[in-house]
Amino acid sequence: MPNEKEKKYDRQLRLWGNHGQQALEDSQICLLNATATGTEIMKNLVLPGIGGFTIVDNDVVSMQDVGNNFFLTEDFIGSTKAQAATKLLKELNPDVKGVAAEESLATLLEKDPEYLCKFSIVIACDVEEDTLLSLSNKLWEKNIPLMVCISYGAIGYMRLVFKEMCVVETHPDNYFEDFRLLNPFPELCEYLKTIDIDALDSKGHSHVPYLVLLHKYLEEWKEQNGGEPPKVYKEKKKFAAFLMSKRRKNDKGACLDEENFEEAYKSVNTALVDVAVPRDVKEILEHENCTNLNSDSKPFWVLCQALKRFVDEHQTLPLSGSLPDMFSDSASYIKLQNVYQNKAKQDMICLMDNVSKVYADLGCIYDNGRMSEAEIKRFCRNSRLLKVVRTKSLEVEYRQTAPSDDVTQSFHDNTSDILWYVALRAAQKFRKEQRRFPGIETLEGDLKPLKDCSEKLVGSWGVPQVQLAALDDRLHEICRYGGAELHAIASFLGGVAAQEAIKLLTHQYVPVVDALIYDGIKPSTTAFRV
Amino acid sequence: MCDTEERHDPNQSRWSHLRNILGRRGMFNQEDFIPDESILDCMLNDLKILVIGAGGLGCELLKDLTLSGLLNIHVIDMDTIDLSNLNRQFLFRQSDIGKPKAEVAAAFINQRVPGANVKPHFTKIQEKDDDFYRDFHIVVCGVDSILARRWINGMLLSLLEYDSDGKLDQSSVRILVDGGTEGFKGNVRVITPGMSACLECTLDLYPPQVNYPMCTIAHTPRQPEHCVEYIKMFLWEKEDPFGGLPIDGDNTQHIEWIFNSAQARAREYGIQGVTYRLTQGVIKRIIPAVASTNAVIAAACVNEVFKCATQCYTPMNNYMVFNDVNGVYSYTFAAERNSRCLVCSQQPRTLNFTTDAQLRQLIDHLQQDPTLQMKNPSLTTIIDGKTKTLYMTGIPSLEVATRPNLPKTLKELGLVDGHELICADVTSPTSLRFILHYTDNDMAE
Repeated sequence: MPNEKEKKYDRQLRLWGNHGQQALEDSQICLLNATATGTEIMKNLVLPGIGGFTIVDNDVVSMQDVGNNFFLTEDFIGSTKAQAATKLLKELNPDVKGVAAEESLATLLEKDPEYLCKFSIVIACDVEEDTLLSLSNKLWEKNIPLMVCISYGAIGYMRLVFKEMCVVETHPDNYFEDFRLLNPFPELCEYLKTIDIDALDSKGHSHVPYLVLLHKYLEEWKEQNGGEPPKVYKEKKKFAAFLMSKRRKNDKGACLDEENFEEAYKSVNTALVDVAVPRDVKEILEHENCTNLNSDSKPFWVLCQALKRFVDEHQTLPLSGSLPDMFSDSASYIKLQNVYQNKAKQDMICLMDNVSKVYADLGCIYDNGRMSEAEIKRFCRNSRLLKVVRTKSLEVEYRQTAPSDDVTQSFHDNTSDILWYVALRAAQKFRKEQRRFPGIETLEGDLKPLKDCSEKLVGSWGVPQVQLAALDDRLHEICRYGGAELHAIASFLGGVAAQEAIKLLTHQYVPVVDALIYDGIKPSTTAFRV
Repeated sequence: MCDTEERHDPNQSRWSHLRNILGRRGMFNQEDFIPDESILDCMLNDLKILVIGAGGLGCELLKDLTLSGLLNIHVIDMDTIDLSNLNRQFLFRQSDIGKPKAEVAAAFINQRVPGANVKPHFTKIQEKDDDFYRDFHIVVCGVDSILARRWINGMLLSLLEYDSDGKLDQSSVRILVDGGTEGFKGNVRVITPGMSACLECTLDLYPPQVNYPMCTIAHTPRQPEHCVEYIKMFLWEKEDPFGGLPIDGDNTQHIEWIFNSAQARAREYGIQGVTYRLTQGVIKRIIPAVASTNAVIAAACVNEVFKCATQCYTPMNNYMVFNDVNGVYSYTFAAERNSRCLVCSQQPRTLNFTTDAQLRQLIDHLQQDPTLQMKNPSLTTIIDGKTKTLYMTGIPSLEVATRPNLPKTLKELGLVDGHELICADVTSPTSLRFILHYTDNDMAE
């Protein structure tokens, strides 16, 4: 029976589970600047129940702010934005602790250079370039993710900065179960031997699970084809026809409409794929974080080495054991499912054993405190889907003499959203030099200096100074905005960014790498590498 | 706020962000966008927006609209607040549980955003008439039911007026912006009734709800869901655990009984995985939901409303899908108008049947066809100048009286080739016309 908290969070627990929720509740988030974007991100983190947050924003609430920010009201004019936003955000969820920092970011960091290092994630909205770089380097060193989020008129920009994110539960939309058709394990072979399809009556025949049909007829096919399974498309088509020819016939000699055979036919192309160890997983297992463990290594990498030893021994990943539903009588399906699940259990025990051995080799003792059995189970079940992603550091992004291919190619595409990234970087340079948003007073007056900033930036990348009308148009538009923050755009970005933060906290679902532009004009979103 | 009160001043400092966007022309604006104070003035004072739904999307819509300068809003929602809403429906608090969503949401926004004039309606959309809907310039839909969407779509289309030349009167066009979410996925569409694809044009994008096959539930359960469905479909009626009461998904005692019974059935078959959470999910057809997706989709909706209201940018043409399961993915495409659309094509749809087809087959077709998807259609026609009710579902006594028509053939019922059939159904506020065509004499193709 669910308790009050489980009832409240029911709709989201179905997406990231109790363990994901625990990760959220263990987290502390720091927001730098209570812009409309910033407070919207926080709203979407407070509601699902993060542990706590701190807002750093010493600016005083003005009437202008009240117009586009749900968490800054007239009552708070004269108070700091941090105070106002913290109070109104806390109201959304009594489970969440919120604190308004008393001082400016500069003062806080002066007093304690490690101030930001006690947080799980730092979200920087509208932080000046030099300060941002400096705090980014600190956070990078400490392996704390940084998110940079800003809305400018109709444009939103989000940048994720983290060294490494290891995702076990990616929850892919499209997922094909591991049937082991091409390399059936002994227990499965034994079970299949006990089934004599031809001896079944008509009801039994039409209720054989399609997976059994695939296994049985594949074996027959192999016997007739020199021991080889169908590999190319043409062969698979022949096999599918072969399969269908095994349907029972009626008195007139026409094939019966057996649903299990239909299911088998439809699955031939995807089921007959050799998926021993996917390339992504191979790369992970060969990475030095896995092969060169030390006592500080993250549990994920310890698990990877345990997995690597498993793969070296068995030439395959552990069986996940799950099967899709298939048209069948209950008993046949359950029996088949049990065969797969028992094997999965066996593999799990083997992996757990490896985990102990890996820890032993590191000079540690494995116990439940280091890594729960549930965690190992989840890793085991998802071993085919593991993903490790890494972003570029802000330092490299700002110092590089050549940007990513994504950015370079945008110069050849007038419609590319990534040109907004270039325009925003130019605007940030402008702000550093002029200490204000471009266009805040005059569009025409600021456009030239903004273009100069852009040329310098693009020049530093070695991109030839070709007249780029598309980029100029965007610079003009940025100037036109004069630093305006539209609530709808801030709210869109607030939703996107909050979900990315949740991915980083729960280590579930694959995050954006490295950045995203939201163009509210088209509208469109583009994720890209900086 | 009534007309005699002061108008909001577009020059107030709190609207400075909006003035920047609307005050000067840029390189991405629509051709005919002319920056003028009157645009913001109109948004603040004259435009009337209708929001359907005050739940996950609705709360966000109200916030986004009012903070975008659209202050005059009506909101309809027939639901009351539940504990499980609080993880995302941020205008509600623990102490609001049980109260009407529309009323609490309106009160919160009016209190939080100075000048906001949100008027709540704690009622079903079907209980409002034409005149109510005529009053609005733009309708934004944030509901969780395809039925409701179709009804609103039908209503706005029925308000269209054409002049004597058959030309559409632009002033009768009320834009519909519709948003939907499910877990980490969502979509937004902009519908311009009479001009763009309407909701019904792309009805097959909403496939009918998948139900488990009856024989699986009754005889060959394999999954924990089948066990729960069995209790719902068979055992509840048989054992009647709560004195004739139907299943109430919000009653914890009901769910507990179903849960225990489902577990027993699962044990019988050796099926694992029946949990309380799963049981509730199946019975209530729960769709997972989080604050972030609702924030994204509602904001995208309001962004389009803003474009329609100001003409500053060209509104989206016309359907966007969003998914942030893996990175962030979105895609916009132009859904095409269906020239045979039941609702917006103004052409009656032809139904092809043989003379010996039974009426129930025709009714089945109306329900099953993916482009029709009627719920419980009633059919009438005119024979020899008199109205004849073929099958009526709305009123129990009439349903019983017309039920004997179901096994009769179309010919028996007096229908001829080319006969017009009038159909009424909950999916539409107006009746729909069909033309019957007998295929008996058609040449084989």
